Amino acid sequence: MAASGCRGVRSILWKYGSCGKNFCLSRSKTVPQLPVRQICVSSSLWKKNLAAAGPQKFTQEFIDKQVEEFEIGKRHLANMMGEDPETFTQEDIDRSIAYLFPSGLFEKRARPVMKHPDEIFPKQTAVQWDAEGRPFHFLFYTGRQSYYSLLHDVYEKILAMERHQDKMRNKGLFASETKQILLTGSRWQLKEEIEEYLVENISDHGYMRLIQLLEKLLSMPYCSLEEDFILKFRKQLEVQSSKHEIPALQHDPQGVAFSVADGRRKTAKASITLRDSGSGNITINGRNYLHCFPLLQDREQLMFPLHFVGMLGRFDVEGSVEGSGHSAQAGALRLAISRALLSFVSEGEVERMRQAGLLTADPRIRERKKPGQEGARKKFTWKKR
Amino acid sequence: MNLHKLSSRLCPTVTQRFRHLHIQSSGQQLEAVSEPNLLSVFRTSEQDPSFHSERHTGQYYTLPAAHIQKLFPHGLPPRFQLQIKTFNEGCVMVRPPALELISYLKKADYSKPPLRYILYGDIGTGKTMSLSHALHYCYTQGWLIVHIPDAHLWVKNCKELLPSSSRPSRFDQPIQASQWLKNFKITNERFLSKIKTTQQYVWTKRERTEKGQPLGELVDQGVNRMKSSSDVVGAVLRELRLQAGGATEGEGAFKLAVAVDGVNALWGKTSLKKEDRTMCEPEELTLIHNLRKMMKNNWSGGAVLTALSQTGSLFKPRSAFLPSELLGEEGFDHMEPFVPVSVSNYNEKEFESCYLYYLDRNWLQHPHSLSEEGKKELIFLSNKNPSTLERLCAFL
Repeated sequence: MAASGCRGVRSILWKYGSCGKNFCLSRSKTVPQLPVRQICVSSSLWKKNLAAAGPQKFTQEFIDKQVEEFEIGKRHLANMMGEDPETFTQEDIDRSIAYLFPSGLFEKRARPVMKHPDEIFPKQTAVQWDAEGRPFHFLFYTGRQSYYSLLHDVYEKILAMERHQDKMRNKGLFASETKQILLTGSRWQLKEEIEEYLVENISDHGYMRLIQLLEKLLSMPYCSLEEDFILKFRKQLEVQSSKHEIPALQHDPQGVAFSVADGRRKTAKASITLRDSGSGNITINGRNYLHCFPLLQDREQLMFPLHFVGMLGRFDVEGSVEGSGHSAQAGALRLAISRALLSFVSEGEVERMRQAGLLTADPRIRERKKPGQEGARKKFTWKKR
Repeated sequence: MNLHKLSSRLCPTVTQRFRHLHIQSSGQQLEAVSEPNLLSVFRTSEQDPSFHSERHTGQYYTLPAAHIQKLFPHGLPPRFQLQIKTFNEGCVMVRPPALELISYLKKADYSKPPLRYILYGDIGTGKTMSLSHALHYCYTQGWLIVHIPDAHLWVKNCKELLPSSSRPSRFDQPIQASQWLKNFKITNERFLSKIKTTQQYVWTKRERTEKGQPLGELVDQGVNRMKSSSDVVGAVLRELRLQAGGATEGEGAFKLAVAVDGVNALWGKTSLKKEDRTMCEPEELTLIHNLRKMMKNNWSGGAVLTALSQTGSLFKPRSAFLPSELLGEEGFDHMEPFVPVSVSNYNEKEFESCYLYYLDRNWLQHPHSLSEEGKKELIFLSNKNPSTLERLCAFL
């Protein structure tokens, strides 16, 4: 209701042109430093504000107040859900919000969320100068104080290490094979992540320079002394193959091992049973696979996982598939067979299969048709006039 | 494996050499080492179909070129004809359905009405080839062959459909009929002068064939005069029916083999339209009508060998392969009782044989296809279906 009201006021003011502008200017200057809600503003001022002001600035008191409100709200929520307020974690909060505010929106980021204010409000730098206007940090006037101070720190460490090296050499205790830092399984933090850490923007060139310095630090002997510092800038990569859940290997009454798995591709759903000590028969929906897939390409898709692990004539496959077209069905079956094979195959093979792309579900889906166009991409005939 | 069992029946030294050939690297030329009188495990030297038995199953025998020319001027499937041209020889595999058929033919009593054999099976399992094998047997035994290579060709894609000259409600197909008569003449040259017509046939006001004329004249009449060729076909079939079992001794004795491939076309639907744009029934086509009469068992002294075919059939789903599905009710009642012979995919031994044959002919050029892995891939991709395997190997 306030929105419609202000829209109406805005339209009236538009008609009155310049006199409206002056009126609004004086009004906006008197408003204190709270999140500004522009109530009546003319179009020119509106446009200017968006370009120049940049992201909204929040004061520290505001953030503190939000944190307090969050904590109280968390306890209220716990009470509402009938759980213990002391041991109410963020996962519980998410669960409760999803329950209390069910949303049908597809975009996960558009759904209602309740998180700690630190995660919601972007990190901002505190005021960096004192009451007289003198900056605290000696590199303030470079414009990027945290970045340059970081570079300074790294260089300090390099120099310190060289001095240490000289000392050890003088003492005669210099050993070139010292403990090396383990770097496998981790990568350098990306530019975005370092920007987040420094709460400052860095250029690409600057990022490269930082990484080069860190690499120089790593290349020196005795770099293990600074291990903690360097690992701050490395991010651990998760081992991908540990993510796949291997279907359990079950046994028939006759003692034949079999496993069941599902696969999906583009609306086609497939579910198969892979039996051991078979002769390579494949039955899909009760019919022979030669009838289901007369096209060679589809049969090759079915063959790929078995051929890759080298167990072509060993298994019997019995499956059902529905939906979509022949190619999607073949893809779904292939994924299902690969997943079922995981339980018959060793760890190293699982990694090989993952790298071959057998275990990745194909995310491609039919693109939506847009209004104003013939199809997803096709436009109507373009007429020059 | 199976190789061992096959080879143990033949010379053991041959086996050793053959295995040695395989173990050698793929760069080696097989041809350079093999000699012309080397017995390969997948070939048999028995060229006469009447002597083929169970111990020859899975082995290829060569069709003599002269026989191919005479017996199958139009009879073999087009892909097989291409293969003959490429390999410079026509080799057919001896398989259980064909052997079964030949054994029935040997044991049948020809004074009784003819037995009707129907070869049925999935697509690409080798029904036409088994039929050809049995037909070759009949030919070597000196039978008269009436072979319609594909009945489906008579119910679709006909450019000229003339109203019949003899009967008002029927339609003629002069091109198909004259074509068939020409091929019939090539196959059965020696019988044409021996068989005599039993009645007079009047074609037009000026043309007629007298009683007692040799069949050759009748056939020529049909070949030369396209207009009445369909009726000539009917007349020829009628003559053969009447005289097949006739004289048991003497010069006129002959056994009649009627072989029809794609017999389900006779009772299915056509894709031909009459002049008033309504669909034509197969009953209304002269050729089909006469052929149906042939299929009945009211004559004696021969056999009726047929094979079903879904590939050329009209308005039948791809999964249909049983006689009841493809023949329809009418056809089934007409053909009943019949002897069904089922044809299926290759078993392991036959697949092995086919694989070795292609290797021998240097048809499989890809180096990976020589290995065990490649063979497993072939088995998987083709599911041991003969036609799929053939098409697969065509680009390897």
